[in-house]
Amino acid sequence: MAEEAILGYLENHEEISDSGEFAAARGIDHAEIVNVIKSLHGFRFVDAQDIKRETWVLTEEGKKYAAEGSPEVQLFLAVPAEGSISKDELQKKINPGIFKIGCAQAGKNKWVEMGKNISRKVQHVEDQVKDLLLRIQDDKAIGKDDINSLKARKLIVLQTWKGYSVRKGPNYAPKRKKPATDLTRENLQRGDWKELEFKEYNFSAKGPPPECGHLHPLNKVKDRLKDIFRQLNFEEMPTNRYVESSFWNFDALFQPQQHPARDSHDTFFLQVPSTTRQLPEDYVELVKQVHESGGYGSRGYAYEWKRDEANKNLLRTHTTAISSRMLYALAQHAKEQAFTPKRYFSIDRVFRNEAVDRTHLAEFHQIEGLVCDRGLTLSHLIGILEDFFSRLGMSKLRFKPAYNPYTEPSMEIFSYHEGFGKWVEIGNSGMFRPEMLRPMGFPEDVSVIAWGLSLERPTMILYGIDNIRDLFGHKVDLTLMKKNPLCLIGIR
Amino acid sequence: MPTVNVVRDRLFADLGRTYTQEEFEELCFSFGIELDDVTTDEAISRKERHEEEKANENEDIVYKIEVPANRYDLLCLEGLAQALRIFNKQDETPTYSVANISKESMHKMRVKPETSSIRPYIVCAVLRDITFDEASYNSFIDLQDKLHQNICRRRTLVAIGTHDLDTLQGPFTYEALPPQDINFIPLKQVKKYRADELMEFYRENDLKLKKFLHIIEKSPLFPVIYDSNRTVLSLPPIINGAHSAITLKTKNVFIECTATDLTKAKIVLNTMVTTFSAYCKKKFEVEPVEVIYSDGKSYIYPDLSAYNMEVPLSYITGSIGVSLKADEVTSLLNRMQLKAEQSVLGADQCNINVTVPPTRSDVLHPCDVMEDVAIAYGYNSIPKRRLPSLKPLALNQLEDLIRVEVAMNGFTEVLTWILCSYRENFSMLNKKDDGSTAVIVGNPRSSDFEAVRTSLMPGALKIVGHNKDHPKPIKIFEVGDVVHLDESKDVGAANRRLLAALYCGTNSGFELIHSLVDRVMEVMGTPFVPVGDNSGYYIQCSDAPEFLQGRQASIIYKGKRIGIFGIVHPEVLSNFDVPDPCSFLELDIQSFL
Repeated sequence: MAEEAILGYLENHEEISDSGEFAAARGIDHAEIVNVIKSLHGFRFVDAQDIKRETWVLTEEGKKYAAEGSPEVQLFLAVPAEGSISKDELQKKINPGIFKIGCAQAGKNKWVEMGKNISRKVQHVEDQVKDLLLRIQDDKAIGKDDINSLKARKLIVLQTWKGYSVRKGPNYAPKRKKPATDLTRENLQRGDWKELEFKEYNFSAKGPPPECGHLHPLNKVKDRLKDIFRQLNFEEMPTNRYVESSFWNFDALFQPQQHPARDSHDTFFLQVPSTTRQLPEDYVELVKQVHESGGYGSRGYAYEWKRDEANKNLLRTHTTAISSRMLYALAQHAKEQAFTPKRYFSIDRVFRNEAVDRTHLAEFHQIEGLVCDRGLTLSHLIGILEDFFSRLGMSKLRFKPAYNPYTEPSMEIFSYHEGFGKWVEIGNSGMFRPEMLRPMGFPEDVSVIAWGLSLERPTMILYGIDNIRDLFGHKVDLTLMKKNPLCLIGIR
Repeated sequence: MPTVNVVRDRLFADLGRTYTQEEFEELCFSFGIELDDVTTDEAISRKERHEEEKANENEDIVYKIEVPANRYDLLCLEGLAQALRIFNKQDETPTYSVANISKESMHKMRVKPETSSIRPYIVCAVLRDITFDEASYNSFIDLQDKLHQNICRRRTLVAIGTHDLDTLQGPFTYEALPPQDINFIPLKQVKKYRADELMEFYRENDLKLKKFLHIIEKSPLFPVIYDSNRTVLSLPPIINGAHSAITLKTKNVFIECTATDLTKAKIVLNTMVTTFSAYCKKKFEVEPVEVIYSDGKSYIYPDLSAYNMEVPLSYITGSIGVSLKADEVTSLLNRMQLKAEQSVLGADQCNINVTVPPTRSDVLHPCDVMEDVAIAYGYNSIPKRRLPSLKPLALNQLEDLIRVEVAMNGFTEVLTWILCSYRENFSMLNKKDDGSTAVIVGNPRSSDFEAVRTSLMPGALKIVGHNKDHPKPIKIFEVGDVVHLDESKDVGAANRRLLAALYCGTNSGFELIHSLVDRVMEVMGTPFVPVGDNSGYYIQCSDAPEFLQGRQASIIYKGKRIGIFGIVHPEVLSNFDVPDPCSFLELDIQSFL
């Protein structure tokens, strides 16, 4: 109603000069008019200018006197025209508040004689205060001194009145359609959706955050890598075995017992269970021989191989410990039945007794792939690496000769990183040594090519994380965990 | 696949023995046909009339047998029985022959050139001195019906007409005339109809024949066959004439097949005559008919010559994957109606010469021969050869499925370290080390790496402790391995895969963790059962020190305790510097495998 009144009036008039008068003339509450003006102004239907007016209004006390007369007059009238009245008597006739103020004012005005008994000094008084109050109530002007005296008696206060003057705005229309914010079931039922004008969405703000679960970025990358391995016909190895013997972790891999990697400051050895209980004895004997005196065309390392060292339990330092078990089982199968070529992979936790820093943790995930077949060549290794890494988006590779106790040849894998503008090491690879494979029982023409890399490094590059502790472990920021995108390697 | 209805007892009589239904199904299965239904003719017609009368005990049992769509020779009892007899080595494949009669004494069918515009081909034959009984007569009619439905594509490609030859007088003519000029008494009618009127009559009154009218009705000329007395034999592909209708007493049957596809017409004719020549006095002999076209070209039908194929033995055995000797292959082929003999070409090559009889029009290529060897050998006797494939790792696959499921429940995945301090693994969880559970590191570089976790709880609580400012509630989960000492393992320890989930908020969120337990069990297909029932899972109060008393429970799955959940003990929370209440679940997912 208020809105129609305003828009309707402006259709034929230039201006509503005073919203207060406008409201009063139409019997609409001014507060309602103000709300409508604000809303119309917001949508530029009208332009509104603030008007501020200060007016004197009666206080509660003032209102009371305007109605009942001022205390001094009330007191005066209670005093008999002739003679006098005792103070106590008078006090009984009017209420105590009025009495007190009335006495003070009537005395000041010299209307009555104050004392034990009270009597009139004049016979006739005018209630000027009441008149002034009524004038203010009727918005009529009164003199400055009167204002001050009423103000001093707290019968009037100054009130700031706010209103508007209103003109047509740039979007003015005689009638406003209120834009809808949403399509509701009621709209559909009523069929009024056809008439709806929608309020524009604010697309510069994001939508509210969804309530959902999240997968860990390392596992997202792991999932993709597993898929890539499967595309290449690789079978996953059961790597759920963290506690390993030195034998499978080192000795079976032809890693000599004095090798620095077997030092206690690189490897977690165990207090409980400290040693392994059981090893395949025939095979252990062959491993001992190949370490000590060689065989299969090798000179061996020529040292005294100690069983105690092999028995020492540790937390596996690489998943190649599992590979050595798997290859041993495959070789046994080959001896008993027939050799079956295999492609194996695993992605799982390994442990290094290292100091933790921005790039190193005592635990990380190793990705490992290996192919066991007849007639494999270094060229096959380079080929499969090219195939594997190009699926990760790293197609520019080159290989650096390196040393690894159980592979020969050994190659470090480098990829050209466009962002860094340089070659970065991304993994290690090689062909397993005959000193490792032959004691297992593989025929001479079977070889194994293998490679490994960490899961954390590519994940950090992929997700732009430069501190490994932000990615993995209990010091991660959960907010970061929730915001990481899909892993699209191998997809685009 | 076409279905053939045969009276069971007649079939068994032809097979020379009775079978239990199971035995017969087994025979069908190994031959590559299927016993679809066992019923009676009466039951079938009751069903057609939507009646629900009770079956009469005297009704003949009918086997409905599904046969392969390319085996037209199996579309009637005679063909089916013969094929099975041969398959069972009770019989040999017959040799069909065309009667050796002079061209002069042959019946002749002259083809008028106008037929080329509507139905250009015709092939004919005579079954001489045949003896029908009621069953074989019905079978003879049924076979035409089956052929019409299948290879003849509802008479569009081929239409068969059979006639009592003794009522007719050759030579015959195959003509195409305006419908108004054709006038005859059709089968099952008593009065003469003009062909165009007949079409109208059928359109109005014959639901079955109505369906074939479209094949010729738009043509200005209708195909028609006359004998020398201008008796109408048939108005193909609609109806035969009443005059030459065959009966049970018919001794000599004249068969004509008109067609738009000559090859199919020959197959249809061959199927008819080979099957029913068994009832002729000279068994498996068929009298030929000469078809003479207007351009003077003439053909003698039926063509019952065998098709010869030379198939290398190595192709057969190589394709099947069974090593068989040549004589084994030939005897297997004989069971499939293919006469075969070996021909040795040299030291290491041997061919099988196969004679494909006119009944086996389905044999196109040596691969069809190879298939018959395999069928006769028995598909289920062939050794299995696996192709190389990848073995899945069940535990890891299950883990991946469960991880996604828990994330779908609104939990955020975390990965925490397997190593922890000794205190975190024991005293901070209110637990005492009895020395029999945890793997202890001998040379830790710092106290963070003293023990291998036996629970996922410390890691989860440490995450919450480090994320105090994260908006509540915090809902996190981890699937990971713990390690327990295990005397039975070579190294003395073994991994177990656990699922852990934690809720941390202004209240404990116990119900939410409880509902996650139910959800995991639901997706594992495990029912919620009463306490003590070992067929599903139930929840029982527990008494673990890391949880608040009376606010914790064990999860019992198939009688085994596989997990625990509850409100984390306030002392434990304080040990890990967690100011808010937490509920925690730990579940051994390896138990599901």
